[in-house]
Amino acid sequence: MDSFSSFLNMGGHGGFVWPSFGITVLVLVVLLVTSLRSLKARESTLAKLRGGATETGRGEATREA
Amino acid sequence: MKSYKKGPHPRARGPDIRGAGNIMHRFANPNRFMRLSQRAVPWFAALTVVLLAAGLYLALVASPADYQQGETVRIMYVHVPSAWMAMFCYSGMAAAAAVGMIWKHPLADLAAKSTAPIGACFTFLALLTGSLWGKPMWGAWWVWDARLTSVLVLFFLYLGYIALNNAFDDPARGAKASSILVLVGFVNVPIIKFSVDWWNTLHQPASIARVEGPAIHASMLWPLLVMAAGFTTYYLWVLLVRMRGEIVAGKIRALRLRQVHGL
Repeated sequence: MDSFSSFLNMGGHGGFVWPSFGITVLVLVVLLVTSLRSLKARESTLAKLRGGATETGRGEATREA
Repeated sequence: MKSYKKGPHPRARGPDIRGAGNIMHRFANPNRFMRLSQRAVPWFAALTVVLLAAGLYLALVASPADYQQGETVRIMYVHVPSAWMAMFCYSGMAAAAAVGMIWKHPLADLAAKSTAPIGACFTFLALLTGSLWGKPMWGAWWVWDARLTSVLVLFFLYLGYIALNNAFDDPARGAKASSILVLVGFVNVPIIKFSVDWWNTLHQPASIARVEGPAIHASMLWPLLVMAAGFTTYYLWVLLVRMRGEIVAGKIRALRLRQVHGL
């Protein structure tokens, strides 16, 4: 346990080392997740637009949009 | 209706340049790109997870503390790859913007547009982790020296590109205007690279890419290279995901236009 607390302490510089790694991981994960979610949302929008055009005919699809 | 489905991409018309243009247009087909990228994405995702897991273990546990800087040297393993990627992404954007302007390559503008937010994130991280490293080592969060200031300018160039690219209703006009910005701003990249040699600075000079070879022990070089490799595959992964998103957005735009015009 002592070695773990000294690992967290980082020779007294834990307050600089851990935020560096933490914020890096956070920023990269947020960018990845927003990119994936935006792709998914656009894909489902496209599928809806295409589905609407073939199932209900142009008139319906136009009103939907 | 036919003209929407068949024929070259609207932006692919224009001067017909044979040779290099021909080879590139083979890869310019968005449908081909969608197929290839769908296969590539899982590989980049897996590589990123493996490399960053190994890199973080090496950086935080397996590598030694520095004899001068102590444990703060570990910040290097996120700071330096972020800074490398900040410059790499900008160079890639400039190359893509040039290809987009010269050959009207339909995917090049999308590659530049998709790179911008990733590069901006890496630049932000380079600045932030640099600040967190500067405070304990230099005694200052920030100094207005050439290296730090030129990287801050790089960050603003990314933000300016993103803003300009989104400022037009017509994506083609946005791409053109922002391509000019990114190409003019490219002058900043060699300034960043050589700023530590040209001006007095607190920032240390290059220690990896040197004619004499790296001035860093293997026990620290390897974690750094593994982290940099992981950042690179992460960039390619997110780039492909974002480019796919842009292509789908283009299809949505085209469909809505057709519906509005009652076609």
